Amino acid sequence: MSLLDVGGPVMIGPSSSHTLGALRIGRFGNYFLGKTPDKAEFFLHQSFGQTYMGHGTDRALLGGVMGFGDADRAVKNAFALALSRGLDFSFQQEDLGEVHPNTVKMLLYDGAMPQEIWASSVGAGMIRIIKINGVDCDLSGAYPTLILVNKDTPRALGMILEKIDANVANLYLRRINKLLAKALTIVELDSDLTLRSLLEIKSLSVIQEAYYVKSLSAPIQGKGGEGR
Amino acid sequence: MTFNGIKQMASETKLPLHEAALVAELSETGNNPEETRAQLGEFLRVILEESEKQYGKVQETLTGLTGTNAKKVYDRGVLYHSPFTHVAIVASLSICESNASMGRVVACPTAGASGVIPGVFYALAKENEIPFDHLLPGYILASAIGNVIATKATLAGAAGGCQAEIGSAAAMAAGALAYLSGGDAEMVDSAAALVLKSLLGLVCDPVGGFVEVPCVKRNAIAVTAAISAAELALSGVSSVIPFDETVDAMRRIGRTLPMELRETGLGGLATTPTAKKAVDRILTRFQKS
Ligand code: SF4
Repeated sequence: MSLLDVGGPVMIGPSSSHTLGALRIGRFGNYFLGKTPDKAEFFLHQSFGQTYMGHGTDRALLGGVMGFGDADRAVKNAFALALSRGLDFSFQQEDLGEVHPNTVKMLLYDGAMPQEIWASSVGAGMIRIIKINGVDCDLSGAYPTLILVNKDTPRALGMILEKIDANVANLYLRRINKLLAKALTIVELDSDLTLRSLLEIKSLSVIQEAYYVKSLSAPIQGKGGEGR
Repeated sequence: MTFNGIKQMASETKLPLHEAALVAELSETGNNPEETRAQLGEFLRVILEESEKQYGKVQETLTGLTGTNAKKVYDRGVLYHSPFTHVAIVASLSICESNASMGRVVACPTAGASGVIPGVFYALAKENEIPFDHLLPGYILASAIGNVIATKATLAGAAGGCQAEIGSAAAMAAGALAYLSGGDAEMVDSAAALVLKSLLGLVCDPVGGFVEVPCVKRNAIAVTAAISAAELALSGVSSVIPFDETVDAMRRIGRTLPMELRETGLGGLATTPTAKKAVDRILTRFQKS
């Protein structure tokens, strides 16, 4: 803990675990897609599922998916703002199994195929991203993250790592389709990639899809709705 | 970080208490004192801004269990308290009811206990007309007191009960008030210890698990306790048990609290017949919407 953790942060109430954490989870989804999705489906586990309306967890998730910052007052009007921006959404309770009580599964659509993200709000506004499109991981969202769908061929990983010009903090990978020889690679980085490095990775012959998720603590450009 | 450590550093270096806390922070986390001061200043600015904006207003809270209390006390005006304490109570209720309606708050030390510190600081700014630059040292010291608790024990209701949230908030507010009123290090120690001792054992039992009942009104009562403790300490009343040891006691008490009394909504006030009825009502209303 530091003085700054005790003296802050500035946030939208009422609960750091049920509101602030939820907002950050949603924002991870926004950064992943690089935009607000057309449709967002939320499946809420245990404590999240039972108390989400009384904590505004639903509005916080939705506001996050639209890219709102931690202290953006627009979160309160997230439902109306989502409708006006053409974002279709739904919330339901679901038993997600042996995970933290405050866990949500998000299906975010930009086109026909959704991105599936599982995340937990673990207290004091801190979050863990625990699964992305079927691949288990443990990301805090505090660092920039590279998410790649690549050909599962020998040397593919080596080629990717060679192009990364930031320090690699953590690496997660799994084959997602044996028939098509596809793998998903998640790389958590200590600092931002240069644009050049990112472009080089994207142009690799083994790369099919590449997503660069910026850090959740990166400064937010523009205003969510009504401003701070 | 211990409070004794901060006091000792202050007496060795002849620095004021809050500056010693910034130096301790530098040696523990590497955080630059000027940046820490500026960031804490931003938090304090938001606290004062929101207190001004929400003061005495009606709020539409998520559950509807609170939201009109700040206005009631504001409208009634001073009864038995001083104007200072009256302002502190209204500001505290205002911030907590705003928090419960998804307003902007500073989670100092937590969102649930976010009304106590604004109570004291807004009253100092409004009633005593203390300028911002003179308030900031108090806010730095309040954060340091909270950090002592976070290091030795916890600030989370789910881990240590409400003594860890509102108890800590009150200790931070009392210490800051004693400090800003010219109290020395021993008076600050006593102010924080006296109020924390009075709130030891306080359980976390929110109705339905929502941060409204008893949280909102508990913040307002805790502000008056913090002001009382500062008044005692500034008069020369000292706490027999020093602050650091009181925090140790709080940690031990927190460890023995059963899970039912740590933010689960399964014990205490949350299991009263009235609470159960209220929760049923809220859930039916949610289902309809
Ligand atoms: S009762 Fe629990 S939720 Fe409410 S303020 Fe106290 S610790 Fe926080």
